[in-house]
Amino acid sequence: MGALANQLPIGLSIAAVLLLIALGLTFTFGQMGVINMAHGEFIMAGAYTAYLLQGFTSQSFLIALPVAFVVAGLMGLLLEWSLIRRFYGRPLDTLLLTWGVSLVLQQLARDIFGAPNVQVTAPGWLVGGVDLLGVRLPYNRMFIIVLAVLCVVGVWVYLTKLPQGRRMRAVVQNRELAGYSGIATGRVDRFTFLLGSGLAGVAGVALTLVGPVGPSLGTFYIVDAFLVVVAGGLGQLRGAVLAALALGFLNGYLEFWTDASLAKVLVFVAIIAFLQVRPQGMFVLKGRTLV
Amino acid sequence: MLSVSEVDAAYGRARVLFGVGLEVPAGSLVCVMGRNGVGKTTLLKTVMGTLTPTAGRITLDGQDITRMPTHQRVRAGMAYVPQGHVSFPQLTVWENLQVTLEATAHRDPSAVDEALDVFPALKEFFKRPAGFLSGGQRQQLAIARALITRPRLLLLDEPTEGIQPSVIDEIENAIERLHREAGLTVLLVEQYLDFALRLADSFVVMDAGEVVHAGAVEELHNEEVRRMLAV
Ligand SMILES: Nc1ncnc2c1ncn2[C@@H]1O[C@H](COP(=O)(O)OP(=O)(O)OP(=O)(O)O)[C@@H](O)[C@H]1O
Ligand SMILES: [Mg+2]
Repeated sequence: MGALANQLPIGLSIAAVLLLIALGLTFTFGQMGVINMAHGEFIMAGAYTAYLLQGFTSQSFLIALPVAFVVAGLMGLLLEWSLIRRFYGRPLDTLLLTWGVSLVLQQLARDIFGAPNVQVTAPGWLVGGVDLLGVRLPYNRMFIIVLAVLCVVGVWVYLTKLPQGRRMRAVVQNRELAGYSGIATGRVDRFTFLLGSGLAGVAGVALTLVGPVGPSLGTFYIVDAFLVVVAGGLGQLRGAVLAALALGFLNGYLEFWTDASLAKVLVFVAIIAFLQVRPQGMFVLKGRTLV
Repeated sequence: MLSVSEVDAAYGRARVLFGVGLEVPAGSLVCVMGRNGVGKTTLLKTVMGTLTPTAGRITLDGQDITRMPTHQRVRAGMAYVPQGHVSFPQLTVWENLQVTLEATAHRDPSAVDEALDVFPALKEFFKRPAGFLSGGQRQQLAIARALITRPRLLLLDEPTEGIQPSVIDEIENAIERLHREAGLTVLLVEQYLDFALRLADSFVVMDAGEVVHAGAVEELHNEEVRRMLAV
């Protein structure tokens, strides 16, 4: 029983990371219809940012969070501006294109940082944990959970309260009408890429707390993140949150009972079964929405 | 003010407009008429930049806007109320207005008040998602959104089509006031002859993607012209 309860923070933290990654995917899909296969490499970029910054100051890890957001965000913006926007309305082409970009970025990381994994040393205050009612709560896992909650709240405030977020929702709901309302839709698209990629970068920093950093870091998470997007209903914050929770727990517990690869297979089966029942994902809304 | 000359436009490979020409002098109200599917909406969308003409030229006050992005046309003083009373369905009425105001160059909040003076009923629904409004209310919202941009040229695509009769009068009167009293230049797509007769200075009749007749509004009494409009 105790061991089972101890999986709780692990499952939650997996869910938290998946959610941070899935948000960007679900936004770019909901708004532009783009499936970005290179999204995983923004996670990697965030993780390497933490690696590069470590040791500079005592608070390098905390500083790495916003820096990774900017680094990964700018990479996403650059990708959108230089390539993806020329392929809007051609989903298969973007799929292949971004897949190619993903491979190139992984090779680039191998050239710069070397093929072997590197390690980011967690700051002292994130080492260890606390026991609460017999449940072990590791500080690093708790930090990831809090970080994700803050990011989701931030995204929610952005979407519902700020002018930029309002513009984003307008473009998602009716792109043509957004143009007639004077909104520069191309600029909004670029900003969505910045936001989504930036969050993936933050997820990358978080991942350095629980594992090594390597050129293929992104590929480990990207498939699960896509599953979250599909199961959650495309282009939605609420659905993504619930799907990430479900998937995170499923992953965490199944891994505990069986092993990692069998767990993946079982999760896959569970999602396919779920989509048989609800092909539209968790929520169905009339028209598209983000919140 | 607006001048369209020899414009061809297409959806992908399906050509819809063939050498369309049109003049909208400043201060006038020009009515585009024609049967269903002849290309009236396509013409307005091309004027707004949703479709790029494959040939021809569009100018606004002498400035070539043929390839200008839509949002810049809005900043240049053009506003478009699309056919079918569309809105951002999951944004509230207030958000629908606000998001438009935030995209204007002037950002003057009193523009919202001015628009609401035209359709005061909208204030009651401020917190409601626009998707929950009736067609007539959504159309009022759509016109209010257009007014917030403080246009010099207003494009209206069948503004009273499919709207409950009680609201039709309200919308027609609002358009009349905006044109007569505020001096707004209007390009109107309209199938109702009565409304066109009451308001228009001149009209064009389209058929199969071409302008087949253009003239002063008095000619609308002409039998031959009426035959072109008959469904
Ligand atoms: N998005 C589109 N893709 C392809 N063809 C289209 C599209 N929209 C309209 N068409 C075609 O273009 C032609 C002109 O359509 P348009 O909507 O401009 O007509 P309209 O005069 O506005 O008709 P209505 O009076 O019914 O509104 C029609 O034959 C229509 O089938
Ligand atoms: Mg039409």
